[in-house]
Amino acid sequence: MKEIVIISGKGGTGKTSVTASLAYLAGKSIIVADCDVDAADMHLLMKPVNDRKEDFFSGVLAEIDQDKCIKCGKCSNVCRWKAIPIVENKYVVQPLDCEGCGYCSLVCPTDAISMNEQNVGNWIISDVKTNTQMVHARLGIGAENSGKLVAKVKNEAKVLAEKSEKDFVVVDGSPGIGCPVVSSLSGANLVVLVTEPSVSGIHDVKRVYELVKKFGIKAGCIINKADINPDKVKEIHQFLETENIQLIAEIPYDENFTKAMTMGKTIVEYDPDGIGEILKNSWEKIRKI
Amino acid sequence: MKIAIASGKGGTGKTTLSTNLASLLAEKDNVVLCDLDVEEPNSGLFISGELFHQEDKHKMIPKWEKDECILCGNCQKVCNFNAVMKLGEMIMVFPELCHGCYACSELCPTKSLPMKPKKMGELKHYKLGNLEFIESRLIIGEEQAVPLIGQTIKYVDENFGESTLKLFDAPPGTSCPVIEATKDADLILLVTEPTPFGLHDLKLAVETMNELKKPYGVVINRFGIGDAKVEEYCTENDIAIVAKIPNNRKIAELYSSGKLLYNELPEVKIELEKVIGFIQRQRENL
Repeated sequence: MKEIVIISGKGGTGKTSVTASLAYLAGKSIIVADCDVDAADMHLLMKPVNDRKEDFFSGVLAEIDQDKCIKCGKCSNVCRWKAIPIVENKYVVQPLDCEGCGYCSLVCPTDAISMNEQNVGNWIISDVKTNTQMVHARLGIGAENSGKLVAKVKNEAKVLAEKSEKDFVVVDGSPGIGCPVVSSLSGANLVVLVTEPSVSGIHDVKRVYELVKKFGIKAGCIINKADINPDKVKEIHQFLETENIQLIAEIPYDENFTKAMTMGKTIVEYDPDGIGEILKNSWEKIRKI
Repeated sequence: MKIAIASGKGGTGKTTLSTNLASLLAEKDNVVLCDLDVEEPNSGLFISGELFHQEDKHKMIPKWEKDECILCGNCQKVCNFNAVMKLGEMIMVFPELCHGCYACSELCPTKSLPMKPKKMGELKHYKLGNLEFIESRLIIGEEQAVPLIGQTIKYVDENFGESTLKLFDAPPGTSCPVIEATKDADLILLVTEPTPFGLHDLKLAVETMNELKKPYGVVINRFGIGDAKVEEYCTENDIAIVAKIPNNRKIAELYSSGKLLYNELPEVKIELEKVIGFIQRQRENL
């Protein structure tokens, strides 16, 4: 069983549309995992049903028992996040500011502060329209530890894939280079970079690839909107050559991407002969890398 | 006045709106544009200018000094993030896990874990006429964007007065980096696109703003593509649609070369002026 992670650095390059298409083409030979837990969109194309939902607990937040509090202010003094201001003459923890370090609870002379585990979201196993399962998640607003939820989604997908003897786990990764991406990448066998020939597309894919290199994972690249800027496409080609990354496909700028999405379909279903054909070839290449 | 430009979904046009708006505003007034998407900062690709100031940004992490250490293991016990561990006769610090709470350092009975600065990124400050542009970039491999975002906002606060108009280009999503980037703002502009992905992520962004109790308005980018559901949602929920930037291949082409849009596309300029009008009305209400 191999794990393929699709990332882009920059948002809006078509990462999720491409991932859903690959998942559609791979059908029941894979388990799908949506690791963009912050703004998960893949379910809009994969149509999950029969949700099996589990709460996800991670991290702790401070809470002050006002009956025990003697208002000495030590907690507020040691807090590096200024998360315990005085509100209406009481020390009150601001949940969105609390980092969960627990320092306040350690210095409280009356044991008035408890650190309580937080339900930061949930993770879900669903049946999807391609006769397989998808693992996805929903992170609570402003929640931390999205990296840990990403790790949970990936692990559950792996367990499912091994149990049902699937060939691949196909992962829709998160944008950026921070903790959710690091979690998305760890343990992956192959990374597919989805980029576009724009100054920002190139800038961001280069940065995220620096991270991929730290993990030593093999990478391939799909260039989306490949006909909007020939000079920038050349620049991407040079980058791929220098870094020894395989060019998997170039997809032209096409509003069918949006039309398919509006109908809740993958682009492979909506336009099987045009872009669908390009993606079909892409999946054939990816599965052999 | 502080305005954050945010979105749930990435790639909806936050940077396009931030850079074009800042540049247009700067034709008449002093403006600060600050890129808080420290993981993937892009505003600087569209705004040039003269480098005015540059500084390294650090986070504070503990460093073990073994001479006085009695290996009591208290540091490991107090760390909620598994960033400090006692391994045999050694104390190991894992910098990327450390949140910088100081508990291990200040509660150490022999003061053997003093906090030392570790570089996490760089801040750069550029000037271009009336426009002050500030960006920070996170070092690749550093996982926590929040401390760098916080320090970047602090730099802006310390260098510019309250009356200066400040635009903050926020990171995507709804989790901790976005909260950090938007929690001090007076007004939020949520950029979305009229597609199912755009609508789904806009709803998350709206939930976040309601949680933060912030005033906000929506800018629809790529207007004309997709469907009418974003508009319907905004109308049903009494959310102001501030502007509709049209969908146009020409925009994608200009953007791809790092060019600003409003000089070449009057239809974009009209929409930006609507955004400026909205900002001015909100400013009068402050």
